[in-house]
Amino acid sequence: MTSPGSTVAVRMTNVSKHFGGVRALEGVHFEVRPGEVHALLGENGAGKSTILKILRGVQPPTSGTVEIGGVPLTTFTAAAARAAGVAMAFQEMSLVPTLTVAQNVFLAREIKTGSGLIDDKAAIAETRKLFAAMGVAIDPTRKVADIPAGHRQLTEIVKATSQPCTVLVLDEPTSALSANEVERLFNYVGKLRTQGVAIVYVSHRMDEIFRIADRATILRDGKHIITAPLADFTLETMIAHIIGRRSRGFSDVTRQTATLGEPLLEARDLSGQGKPIGVDLTLHRGEVVGVAGLLGSGRSSLARVLCGIQPIVSGEIRVKGKLVTIASPRDAIDAGIALVPEDRARQGFVAFHSVETNIALPNLDRIAKHAWVDHAKSAALAERSIERLRIKTSSRKAAVRTLSGGNAQKVVIAKWLASEPDVLILDEPTAGIDIGSKSEIVTLIRELARSGKAILVLSSELQELLAACDRILVMSEGRIVRDIARANLDDPQAADTLDSLQHAEQQLNKAMQEARGGLVQ
Amino acid sequence: MTETASPSNIFANWREHIIYIGFVAIFIIFAATLGDRGFLDPNNLLNIIRQTAIIAVVAVSMTFVLGTAEIDLSVGAVAGLASVATAMGIDHFGMAGGIVSGLATGAVVGAVNGYLTTGLGIPSFLTTLAMMGIARGVAMWISATAAIPILDKTYAAIFGSGNLGPVPSLLIWMVGAGLVGHVVLRRTTFGRRVLATGGNETSARYSGVDTASVKFRVLMISSIAAALAGMLYAGRLHSGRFQFGEGDELSVIAAAVLGGTSLFGGAGTVIGSVMGALMIGLINNGLVLMGLEFSQQLIARGAIIIIAVAISQTRRH
Repeated sequence: MTSPGSTVAVRMTNVSKHFGGVRALEGVHFEVRPGEVHALLGENGAGKSTILKILRGVQPPTSGTVEIGGVPLTTFTAAAARAAGVAMAFQEMSLVPTLTVAQNVFLAREIKTGSGLIDDKAAIAETRKLFAAMGVAIDPTRKVADIPAGHRQLTEIVKATSQPCTVLVLDEPTSALSANEVERLFNYVGKLRTQGVAIVYVSHRMDEIFRIADRATILRDGKHIITAPLADFTLETMIAHIIGRRSRGFSDVTRQTATLGEPLLEARDLSGQGKPIGVDLTLHRGEVVGVAGLLGSGRSSLARVLCGIQPIVSGEIRVKGKLVTIASPRDAIDAGIALVPEDRARQGFVAFHSVETNIALPNLDRIAKHAWVDHAKSAALAERSIERLRIKTSSRKAAVRTLSGGNAQKVVIAKWLASEPDVLILDEPTAGIDIGSKSEIVTLIRELARSGKAILVLSSELQELLAACDRILVMSEGRIVRDIARANLDDPQAADTLDSLQHAEQQLNKAMQEARGGLVQ
Repeated sequence: MTETASPSNIFANWREHIIYIGFVAIFIIFAATLGDRGFLDPNNLLNIIRQTAIIAVVAVSMTFVLGTAEIDLSVGAVAGLASVATAMGIDHFGMAGGIVSGLATGAVVGAVNGYLTTGLGIPSFLTTLAMMGIARGVAMWISATAAIPILDKTYAAIFGSGNLGPVPSLLIWMVGAGLVGHVVLRRTTFGRRVLATGGNETSARYSGVDTASVKFRVLMISSIAAALAGMLYAGRLHSGRFQFGEGDELSVIAAAVLGGTSLFGGAGTVIGSVMGALMIGLINNGLVLMGLEFSQQLIARGAIIIIAVAISQTRRH
């Protein structure tokens, strides 16, 4: 497919992408050679996904040029990028659950018989061959909805590579794979590499990057930082390039050492379906505990098990020393555990309902007289919450969709605080919130802890964990592998707080990567 | 990983085949209990088919509509309008003119439904609910609420009242629509795109499926099939009347859902929908033969449909 003599599979020159005033990419150079695995690294928001979107044609760059196999890409459509030879394995996004594996692999380009009808038998045989080349046995006749997540991920990759391509984009391809499946995938990627395919590999898992990538390009805040062979990096230098030296606006959060009370939440040997595995956990009154872990580490599963959304397979949970049975979210709320979910817009609130209605929803029993909602109580609850959490809204009657992201998040927190839970679990509490509001939320978390709650924060943003938490648990493969006191992460020799924070972030990042490496080897 | 999935799949997915099991079970029960009242009489069985064939034809196209996770509530009214248009067309231009008028009616309504749903983004539930009133109103208006007789014998014979040897033409229409629909849904790229669109629209779009165009075409097909149903009513009853097809949208949707089509899109079979229509006809016939009063028939029919749908649609979570 590559035109002969072309030494570069992808060449992005001086590419910028602006969304209104936001500069997602700023003069980025990105080059991938045929037959190399090229890691694209950076934090969330560094510009990786923008590069991928430009590469697969769904967004045109604001300025700069893109060449695929030496030919400039002029029209930016998914079809044009595909025709130019770019294949992309999405994170399960292109699979239709109600169709079979084989039907999905050949979706929109079905194999046909001589009479023009779909030849499902040929598709099944062809799909089976493709999986055999990868060394995995997935039944092509099963419905995608019925196969495990790892198999779906491999199906996604097989689908992407079932057509000839010169460039293959793999975005977090191993997040749902078992160690064994990762090996198969890496062998397969190696095979494609020897065939001259250029592979763009995006992952947060550094151990995998070090194993499979030939070169790496690191982005930070939309800018190109460095491109170099993997041999030139160590884990430390790589992390240093990725996080850089900057403050994310958490510096104004004061973290007084909390005086710890009695244990409010204790989990012993807690296991769910798949994840988590044998987790021990203790949260004290007045304590904020963070959970860090890469994608697929079981972070969210832990929260879902504690809150009764996913069933407990074994182990026990105690609240204030008392054994509790949690089989449903209702049980968790009754036991005094409240969850502020990750996906605010979908799980957290009803956007076109008012602040008051939203806060009242989980508390209807408390503010109702028989079946009638007591409007005075409901209004009082809303007013109290607005004051306590400093929610900026024109009134309690304003629709939540008119609020900023940070204030909408406060409404969600208010919903669950009204039930006066002992334990508050926050999943990605500041995702999608502007920087100023982030530190306000973190300050709020600290205040709530001081007022006598135990708080568990799950987050992929390390700066946020470092600002909010007294203790940070590192999860990997469903287990808690490290328990680090926040104070131990600071660099005692650091010249200023910024240096100290950077040191802490690097330490935590390293701990997370090592946690994975330790398990894989 | 086992490769012997097929037999165990049938066992695991028995719910998807409940329509066939249920159909056979009800048939056997009626044959045993109502045999002496003429249930098994070939004329009675052909009658069941005559009464359900039109519903079955529209159920075929409704399978496609529901397959994309859309709905078409205007099919009954469009059938009525098409019957009137066909009768007037035959009156003015002869048989060919009548057929063209009927089908053109369906095409125009389908294009409007499709544009409003995919072009303007109005949910098909609302588009077709509004269209239901408009089509019925237009039919009343152009016919001045009177029946328009059809005197063309050939037309009537082909569209519903004639027989080919011992076989009623309605049976041929039903089998024809069922076979074409089945092959299109199972074996053509269009059918695959229909199920992909309803199964997960985002995924389908990421895979290169033009989901708006799929929905447009599906609504088009639905209206044309509804028009054909109206033409069959017209042929069978030798006239065009605005009342034809009244309430059919519910029978058709019930037939498709009974046959295993998901209201949430992405899953369904044409054969199942046809069987669903036949099963409703079978139940109606049996209840009449049992001597139930009309009120009792309504209650019994509703209960049977709820039980069947509850069994076929309940999924493990």
